[in-house]
Amino acid sequence: MNRIIRHILSAIGAFAITAAAYAAGPEPGTAPEAEAAAPAEPVEEAPQIDIKTMLFGHIGDSYQWHITKIGDKDIVIPLPVIVHSSTGWHCFMSSKLEEGPYEGLYCAVGGKYDGKIVEKDAEGNEVRPFDISVTKNVAGLMINSAIVLLLILGCARWYRKHDVLEEAPTGIAAVIEPVVNFINDDVIKGSIPEEHSRKYAPYLLTAFFFILVNNLMGIIPIFPGGANTTGNIAITLVLALCTFVAVNLFANRHYWKDIFWPDVPWWLKVPVPLIPLTELLGIFTKPFALMIRLFANIMAGHAIILSFVSIIFLTVRLGPVINGSMSLVTVIFGIFMDCLELLVAFIQAYVFTMLSAVFIGLAHEGGKPSGEAAVQDSAGETDAVE
Amino acid sequence: MPDTGLLFWMLVIFAVVLAVLAKWGFPVITAMVEKRRNYINESLGKARKADEKMAGLMKEQARIISQAREEQNRILKEAAEARNNIIRQAQEQARDEAAKLVAEARVQIEAEKESALSQIRSQVAMLSVDIAEKIIRKELSGDKEQKELVERMVQESLKLDAPAAKN
Repeated sequence: MNRIIRHILSAIGAFAITAAAYAAGPEPGTAPEAEAAAPAEPVEEAPQIDIKTMLFGHIGDSYQWHITKIGDKDIVIPLPVIVHSSTGWHCFMSSKLEEGPYEGLYCAVGGKYDGKIVEKDAEGNEVRPFDISVTKNVAGLMINSAIVLLLILGCARWYRKHDVLEEAPTGIAAVIEPVVNFINDDVIKGSIPEEHSRKYAPYLLTAFFFILVNNLMGIIPIFPGGANTTGNIAITLVLALCTFVAVNLFANRHYWKDIFWPDVPWWLKVPVPLIPLTELLGIFTKPFALMIRLFANIMAGHAIILSFVSIIFLTVRLGPVINGSMSLVTVIFGIFMDCLELLVAFIQAYVFTMLSAVFIGLAHEGGKPSGEAAVQDSAGETDAVE
Repeated sequence: MPDTGLLFWMLVIFAVVLAVLAKWGFPVITAMVEKRRNYINESLGKARKADEKMAGLMKEQARIISQAREEQNRILKEAAEARNNIIRQAQEQARDEAAKLVAEARVQIEAEKESALSQIRSQVAMLSVDIAEKIIRKELSGDKEQKELVERMVQESLKLDAPAAKN
């Protein structure tokens, strides 16, 4: 343990020295480490660094996957653009857009649709076509989904090939099984009544692993990670929507009765349906909170790490001593933040799953007494028939 | 604002992931885990049952041993009783036998005595007849001789009587 810490410290020291030398050096053209490479580009182009643009460039979406810049050469993975404009469907690689408009489509600079593919309508205004391009985030989603599928199906495959009664899980199954068990037993079965938990377990487990893998891949700074998927509101919106559907579509009578006719004094619900309205709002605020929580946590984490890294490039102008010491501080904080992000990645996946399970559980709660009542009712009816 | 394209792709991707994992992923894992858990629970139950059975067997064993010991005691006691009985019976029998022998002997002795007495009686009668005869005969020849004869006769009869009496 001590040895590892010593190694880390020496690496940080070496990094600080090179950073200071880089700051003092007359030619800042040499390529620094990969982590520092991407944010380095504004430094080279302009002494005034636009932190905001850099930051949102990293956590935002784009039509191509920018990996790094070596010298003046951008290392970019082009991604397919699929749009339906006024002239019909267009499908081409994003690299075509680098040399100006392609088939009447181009990337807007500034304005309402900054960075998005637009076309000009008859009046010369920029309008957005229907755009389902495979952007960086979509590609990231695909990669991460493939990882999720690989992990879980690999685990399932192990179970199909081995006799669980004969041997303990090995390899991927030994990694995945405890997590599945933990989520399934503690979170899902703990929140949803036994007879319903089996139905919802696949969705909740999928959501957990999907979010977890996306969170973790988002922390990795270079391809195939680095796409800010769970820090994008569109993605959390879909996840929250799924929970919304899962909660409300199969909710029992008791749940709806609690919303529209809750057990409160009558004057709170009869002339003006105050509580029912609040409850009805609650149906939407719960998944909304899920959406915002995951999105904000992940995006903020990325923004903080990026901000720390940009400190190095902001302090270049302040001289080698300050720049070197600030680099050291930055790296230490960066390591700290990355560790924190690992924790947050898990916690947010856990919290999303747990709250979804709790909401689903609430939609099935009270089912027991009413179920018993129903049983008694039916028993009474059969008695009457007899 | 959420981007339409991303929203669309996310929906598609998540739906596919969910469908695949809900069909071939998690149910397999959870079912297998459940299966193993049931197996372990079952095994534990079996072990508990076996333990209980073992304890029952031990109890049964102890019971059988104590029963056997009781039986042994009982048999020993019975044997002792039987022995005592036999001895007592034998003693009684012997006593009866002895009493019977003594009684028989007495009866025989009585009979012997009776027969001896009757013999003596008949002897005495014969002697008396003899003496009477001889006396009668002597009287016919002379007084002196007659007296001598009687004397002699008496002497003889006494002599004869002695061995008879001895018998």
